[in-house]
This record gives sequence, C-alpha cells and structure tokens, in this order.
Amino acid sequence: MDDRRRHSALPGEPGQAPSVAKDMENRIRQARPHVTRNEDLIFEVSSPGKSGVELPPLDVPTVCAEELLGKGLHRADVEGFPEVSELEVIRHFTRLSTWNYGVDTGLYPLGSCTMKYNPRINEVVASLEGLATDHPYTPESLTQGCLRILHEAARCLAEITGMDAVSLQPAAGAQGELTGILLIRACLADRGNPRKHILVPDSAHGTNPASATISGYEVRNIKSNARGCVDLAELDRALTEDVAGLMLTNPNTLGIFETQIREISSLVHARGGLVYMDGANMNALVGVARPADFGVDVLHLNLHKTFSTPHGGGGPGSGPVAVKRGLEPYLPVPTIEQSTDGSYRLDYDRPKSIGRVRAFYGNFGVVVRALAYILANGPEGLRQTTEDAVLNANYVMSRLQDVYELPYDQACMHECVFSDRRQAARGVRTMDIAKRLIDYGFHPYTTAFPLIVSGALMIEPTESASQAELDNFIEAMRSIAAEIEEDPPFVLKAPHTTRISRLDEATAARKPLLRWKPE
Amino acid sequence: MRYLPNSPAERAAMLEATGHQAIEELFAQIPEELRLRGRLNLPGPLSEPEILAFFRQAASESSREYVSLLGAGAYAHYRPVSIDALLSRGEFFTAYTPYQAEIAQGTLQAMFEFQTLMTQLTGQEVANASLYDGSTAATEAVLMALRITRRERVVVARTLHPEYREVLRTYVRHQGVEVKEIGYAASGRVNLDQLQAALERETAAVVIQSPNFFGTLEDAAPIAEIAHRSNSLLIVAITEPLSLGIVRPPAEADIVCGEAQSFGVPVAFGGPYLGFLATREKFLRQMPGRLVGQTRDSKGRRGFVLTLATREQHIRREKATSNICTNQSLCALAATIYLSLLGKRGLKALAEHNLAKAHYAAQQLCTVPGMATPFGAPYFNEFVVQVPAEGEELLAALRAEKVIGGLNLRKFYPELANHLLVCVTETVSKAAIDRTAEVCRRYYSGGLPFPACRG
Amino acid sequence: MYPQEFLYTKEHEWIRVDESIGTIGITEYAQKELGDVVFVELPKVGDHVTAGESFGTVESVKAVSEIYSPVNGEVTAANPKVQANPEMLNADPHGEAWLIRVRLSDRREIESLMSADEYEAYIRQEKAH
Repeated sequence: MDDRRRHSALPGEPGQAPSVAKDMENRIRQARPHVTRNEDLIFEVSSPGKSGVELPPLDVPTVCAEELLGKGLHRADVEGFPEVSELEVIRHFTRLSTWNYGVDTGLYPLGSCTMKYNPRINEVVASLEGLATDHPYTPESLTQGCLRILHEAARCLAEITGMDAVSLQPAAGAQGELTGILLIRACLADRGNPRKHILVPDSAHGTNPASATISGYEVRNIKSNARGCVDLAELDRALTEDVAGLMLTNPNTLGIFETQIREISSLVHARGGLVYMDGANMNALVGVARPADFGVDVLHLNLHKTFSTPHGGGGPGSGPVAVKRGLEPYLPVPTIEQSTDGSYRLDYDRPKSIGRVRAFYGNFGVVVRALAYILANGPEGLRQTTEDAVLNANYVMSRLQDVYELPYDQACMHECVFSDRRQAARGVRTMDIAKRLIDYGFHPYTTAFPLIVSGALMIEPTESASQAELDNFIEAMRSIAAEIEEDPPFVLKAPHTTRISRLDEATAARKPLLRWKPE
Repeated sequence: MRYLPNSPAERAAMLEATGHQAIEELFAQIPEELRLRGRLNLPGPLSEPEILAFFRQAASESSREYVSLLGAGAYAHYRPVSIDALLSRGEFFTAYTPYQAEIAQGTLQAMFEFQTLMTQLTGQEVANASLYDGSTAATEAVLMALRITRRERVVVARTLHPEYREVLRTYVRHQGVEVKEIGYAASGRVNLDQLQAALERETAAVVIQSPNFFGTLEDAAPIAEIAHRSNSLLIVAITEPLSLGIVRPPAEADIVCGEAQSFGVPVAFGGPYLGFLATREKFLRQMPGRLVGQTRDSKGRRGFVLTLATREQHIRREKATSNICTNQSLCALAATIYLSLLGKRGLKALAEHNLAKAHYAAQQLCTVPGMATPFGAPYFNEFVVQVPAEGEELLAALRAEKVIGGLNLRKFYPELANHLLVCVTETVSKAAIDRTAEVCRRYYSGGLPFPACRG
Repeated sequence: MYPQEFLYTKEHEWIRVDESIGTIGITEYAQKELGDVVFVELPKVGDHVTAGESFGTVESVKAVSEIYSPVNGEVTAANPKVQANPEMLNADPHGEAWLIRVRLSDRREIESLMSADEYEAYIRQEKAH
C-alpha cells in the first residue's frame, strides 16, 4: 500500500471499482439514521401545546397583565416561537453539536487564533455559585471574592507582559485595540496634540485599522520589507509629526518576531508617537520575553487565545489592556484597587479616564477561567507551554516546506505561513486545500491571511498538539499536495465526507435569508 | 504540566527534526537583551484540587447567601440545567467562529435560530448573531444610524442605562458627534416636550430604553412619530428582554438593540453577556456584526453560512461597519437553548410571574409609611421606590438582614438621592419580599437601632 | 474578447463613448478576478464622477472592489438591472451589465485611455506577475 492510499480519507477511493463503491454507498445511505443527519430547525420540530419548562407555582397573587400594562402595551404571545419538550431540546442541540468540529475533536491549527486546549476545571470554577451569581452592583463588601479574582488576574497579566497596569474591561481583542488607541489619544491630547494618523503594517489583522478609525484616527498603511517585518526606512519616512502611533503585532502575522522592535519603538518615541502592540500572538512569548522590554506603551491580550478560555464558536472573548505607567491615568473606569486594609474596591475617581468601553467590569467569567489557567501552569508551565507551541510550529514548517512554498524562509515562532503558489499553478487554491483537509479529519488552518502572502496557509498548531497528531497532519498535507499533482478537480470538490458539501455563498449574499419564516 | 501532550523524548525528537540542538535556538530571533531572564513572579503550578479550593474560597466571599433585589441591566433568572449540559459539549464550546461552514453547521444553525428568535421577539426583520453586551449594542446602533442618515447628532434619553450612555460617549467622542440628553416626565417616561425641543434637522437618532432604567415601560409610538417627523431614526434599547414575553415590541423603532443576558446567561459579576441588534431589512448593509444566512450546498441540501461579510473588518478594514470580530456566540447559544426550552407558553408564563412578583413587592413596600412608587407609568419587573430619607441607610439595614435591597439611584441620578431601584424576578420568593417589607417597616418605625441615627 | 470600440483603464474599467455620453463597466478580466459578484453599489443620477476616483463598489463574497471612473462627468443613468441582479456582471460584463452612463465634461480626456489591443497586452503582463 503506498503512502497516499494509506492516508486517503475516503474509503473505497481511489482504486476500488467504481460500481462496487457506488453500490456500497447506496446501501449505506439507505441504512443511515436519517433524522440525526438532518435535524430541522427548532421552529420546524415545534408543535403547539408543548414546553420544555414548568414553573413553580406562583406564590404571590396573580395579576392581569392586560390590565396592568394596558391594551396598547400588552402582547398576547410571540408569533412563531417554538414549542418543544425538554427532551426535544436536548436532542436538537446535541445533534447540532455533532456537526461541529472543536478543539476537543482534534487538531485545530487555525493560524492567529491559538486554538489550544480549554481545561475543564476552568468551566467548573467559573460556574461556582457566588462567582457565577454575584450581581455587578453588589456592594463591594459583599463581593470581595470577585474583586480579588479581578485584582489577582490583572496582577498576573501585568507580570506576564511586564507592564505597570491592566484594565480587564474590554470585551474582546478588537475592543482592547480600541481602548488602547483611545489611551494613546488621551495621552497625546494631554500633551497638547492628539495628532491625526495611526500607522498599521500591511500584514495587520483587519481589526487594527477598523479600531483606529473608531478612535478618530486616519489609518496609514506601511509596507513590510522582504523579511515580512516592519521596514525601518519606510517607517522613518511615514513617521511625520501627524503620527500618533504605530500598531504592531509581535510576533507579526507571519509568525516572525520583529527583531528590530527596540529600534522601531525608539524611532516612534523620538517622533513623539506611542507604540501599540497587538498581543494576539502572545502565545509565542509568555515566560520568554515581555512586551514592556520592547518599548511597547500599550498592548491588548486575548484571553481566549493565549490563556485557554474557550472560543465558544466565536466568543465570548476578553481583551484586557496592559499599559506603562504613563498611560495608567487614562484607563477605563472603574479600576480595581486594593485598600490599605487589604480589601478590594472599585475606583471611579479617575478624572483623566477615557471613560467606559462597556458596562460593568468586563467579561468576568472569562477572566476567572484565564486565572485558573495561569494558576494551573505556574511560571514554569507557562514557559514550557510557549516552548512547545513554538517547537510544534517549527516542526510543521520543517516537514512541509519541500511541498508547500515558504514565502519567508526563516525559523518561525508560534505559527508558520506557507503560500499556495505551487498548487495554484494546478488551479488549486488555499481554500481548496483547506476543504480537502477536512476529509482527513482536521480543522483547516487559516486561509488567505495575512494579505501580504498570496494564497496564504497560516498554520498554528499550538502546544496542544502531540507529535503523533502533528505527524498525521503533516502526512495529510503531503498527501493533499500529491493529490493536487494527480487530480486537481477531485480536490476542488472537497470536502467529500461531511454532512453537507460546499455551500453556495454567492446566493446567500445576493438574496440574504437571515431568519426562518413559516411556510 | 498536565495540559501538554508531548513527552520529553517526543520534544527531543521533534527538535532534532527541525535541525536545532537546543530549544533556545528557536527563540534566536528574539534579541538576547529582550529575553526574560529568570522566571515570572506568578503563583502556581496548582493541582486541580488546589485550584478548586482557591476559587471556592473566593466564591464564599460573595453575596450568595443574600436575597438580591438588584436589576439595573443584569437580571437574575433561573437557568434550567439543560443549558449548561448542552453548552458543555466540547463541539460547541471549543469551536471557533464558523468560517469553515462544512464542519460548523451546528454553530451556524443555532445562530440562525438565534437570529430568528430575536426578530420574533423584537418585531424587527433582521437580527445579527450577537454583539458584546447591551452597552456596546446601543453604541453600535447609534453608529449605524449615523451612517444611514449621514448626520452627526443624537438625542439620548437620560433613562437609558447610565453606563450605556458612558460607553456611547467614549465611542463617539472623537467622531465629531454631538450627544444631547433629555429628561423624564413625572410618569417616569421620556419627557416628550424635551424630546421635541431637542430634535434638530441634523439629528440622526433618538435613543430610548424600554423598560427604561427606572423599569418604566415607554410607549414607543408617539416617540417614533416625533423622531420620524425630522427623519431621525428611533433606537430602542432593551435591557430586560424577558418583558417581550408580555409587552408589545417597539415595532415603530428602526433599530431595537440591547442586552439578552436574561436569557440563560449567568449574572456573573457583569459578564460575559449578550448584546443583540435587530433592524429593518433596508438597513441590512449598515448592520454591524456577524450574520448567518441560509443557502444550499452543491447537492441542493439546506445549509448555513456566515454571510454579507464584506461589511466586516476582516474585509473592509478601516471602512468596516464595526471593528467587532469575536462576539458572544456561546452566550447566544445559551439564549437559543433557553428560549427553546421556555417556548411560547413558558416565556409568557415566566414574564407573567415576573410581573406579578414585582407588583406584589411594590404593593408591599408601599404599605410602609413613607415609601411610595413615584412614577405612574406601567412597569415590568423593576420599579423605583421613594424612601423617607437617603437610601443608603435603609440598604445597610437590609444588608444586616441578608437582603440587598436594590440600587441606590443617587449613584447615577443625584436628584433621586432618596430613591431605590428595585428588581423582583421569579427567583425572589414571597417570603423574601415580605421579609424585606417588614425590615423596612421596622426600620422606619424606629424599631431597628441599626446603623446610625437617621438625619 | 475585448471590444475594439471600447477604451480601457488600468483598474479594469471600460468606457464606450457615443457623442458626449460615455457608458462605463468593468472588464471580463475584472469580473473573473472578483469571482461571483453579489452586490453592486452605484451613484445616483445627477452625481458627479471624477476621473481616477471611485464612484462605486462591486462586492464578491469575500472582497470589495472600488470602481474608478475613467472620466469626469455627470451621471445620467445607473443600470438598475445590474443592481437587482449582480450576477449579470459575471455573465455579461461588456454588454447587459454596464454600470453607469456619464455626460462627459471633456471628450478629450479619453485620449489617455488604452485601446483594446493595449489593454490585452496590459493584462497579459499583469497575469505574468
């Protein structure tokens, strides 16, 4: 059996006589438990008169809603709302869940997303009564446990980044960016001139320019150099007196450390600007290097990336912002402080604050999980984690670079970026390779990002991948490369093994159908 | 470290395969002087029992033994156990944003159901797949209105959650947008005269909340009429969407947004919560946030995909409708499960229970000499109580009896120093309500010596 | 492939000029690069367009492209059919799926645009990169 056959994802293909395979396929289809593969919408499984909850008896006098609210305000019922039993709800969502792929399912090498293991203990502690149930307006004296967790988490993140102060308020990375740029603006305005532009490298994530724009800045893109890093000469030219700051991802989106980061920071500072670091890639640095030492003035962290809190199918995240002393007065209100008697309190008396970026104190439940992760690891565990993450990425890179083109040929940090150039010559692009990877049982890597690489394959294995799993992944990637040489159309139609095949995204966008309606 | 799957031997083999001798070589691109010498000053490593002990200790220093009458944008409702049973499926909570639709149909279909539920509740035509929370949802709604109308002024009711107003100001401060606030009438509702006076030709939107911060239900129709007369949009924020089980949705609004934490998401000291935004189809392309659409696969089978992504930051970058990327997907899933469990009848019945409890509580509190509900308009599960003196002292007396008696409105409305905002959901028993009223009665009749003499 | 009576820009728009009215669209090459077009945003009648500046956008599922005007002038028509059925742009970019008509401010402006042969040479060069 040759190597490619052994890893072929489809049973009976290629090599088997087509008619036999077809017949088998039909028989399998007939026997398939139909309903579990085609779960209808909850509205479609509904029928009148059912409910999945029963309320305890009302222990106060009943009221007449129509009378209390008045005819104009009263609503009889919600049209179209589902009516299903508890069991049907359990089955419905359990079935839906089986159509998903998660980190628990297997390798999830989605570049720049850090899809690492989400420890179960995090979930348990976040749901403890007292932590999951305290109201944000609980008097401080009655919620010291929650306040201490926030304070301790902020201290840990300050230590990890080397920065002086941390706000846990931002709800996700993009809001952390917005907060950070607003801090820069407030600081420069205090110095006399908030300035007009924010520089963003062309390799940056799309949230960077979007966040800078909301902060009232005009975005100026700067071109990367041949190494994929910030070009000092280009930066020098771009750094006019109108530039408020530079937003820099480090390691950058190519997984490359900005070796000249100190020179970059010095140059920006010399021209009166400030340096913002997008900390999306901190999984390459924790315990190994600290952004404070790079000359960074402010950065955000993604707790749902580096600190193991679950991505949840797209959130909730948490995007704490860490700053140097000079930016501390501008942090969002409130901050969490420890009084001399050891108790914790919320400090609203911050006249220079940029204000709030969201209600209450941030995604507390996510912060609880991140703190549990930090405690589980301790300093040595965090460093080992970083080393494993970087080793895994370099292992993948070294074993795939003979079949996929490496546009920036150098050691990587926590992720590596290939280009589909060789495969594109056969008409197969990065998205097609990604779809075929699904047939092999893996979640795809990040496709078509960063934008400075044409047809990028951005692979971040994280520390949560074992060597055995990486070997399987590598063989799958090599096998797909071989398939592309032999039979491009086969790869172009992938995935072949999923419940549904490629979806018509064009029609979805042309004639948007965004809610269920009764027939 | 128990989370790491590789053995020392495997690490060594992999390192060798990369052609390096030592792990430090992989970090060679970080200049020597930038590398951390020594170890981080952090606690740990802790075993699982130690972690549990740490957080159990913190959880014990909480208000969990107290009856809480706090609402004000975060509502304690009973969460059926099926929610966490389903959320804890790894396929849901360990998945990423469903960009690879073929292996993310579970999340995508659930989000499509969430969008549908939100349109049914709000009476709007389209809803997105979530935003961070109510405060940012209200802010995004305003930014959306500014884009649609190409105007630069907004009129905001002071009865919009004070923290939402603060967030709005943080976001629009540097975009040349003028925010004008209008007060409330004796009924607790928006002061229509002030609204009329504040509207200008350049007003992009009027923002109100219903039930508003005082728990008072607004009548959206006359407000919409006034706003629409100057071609401004009406934005209605909702922080207690359970009200929509028995309260007519603000169909006249152009954007309905808010906080859906009430739907199966824990109060959790303020987050993570669940922002939502619903609007009319004609404004679809100016909406922020992710949208899931229905389509067909190459064999004609129904499936779901993220759609209209060209509005978003990863494609339009600085011209995007919002900078939001990660949203609150798992919280939206919790809400979808919660609302599916309740269903049409459960939602209505639960809303009626809340209505009944709150009205019973108001009635009981009003039997205390000197206590009254000053606002006359209808309310749902939250209301304002006027007390004879500054509210903090009463709250302290209630705390001594293990009751958190609501929010002192002085915090946000100096003119309402002797007013408390009280919320009574289905989780508060009649006995707790009676006890609260009794403590108030004893306190004001001088039967309680605690804490200090009242001024 | 590329009609001789059209003139072309480096940003892959075409223009056909009859008297003082220019009809503008995007080229076959542009529609291919974009992929399935899902949305077209065009200016209103009476709007002014400026040579070299964007007057609208064409969206595919995962990209947004600006459309640049080859000339200065006033919009006299925006194709409603292509706005209602954006897929027309993939099927017939040089015909039915024209985008706007413009009353030219100065006919001489079109002299700097490329002929069909020049444009074909230009895109051969583009593809080689």
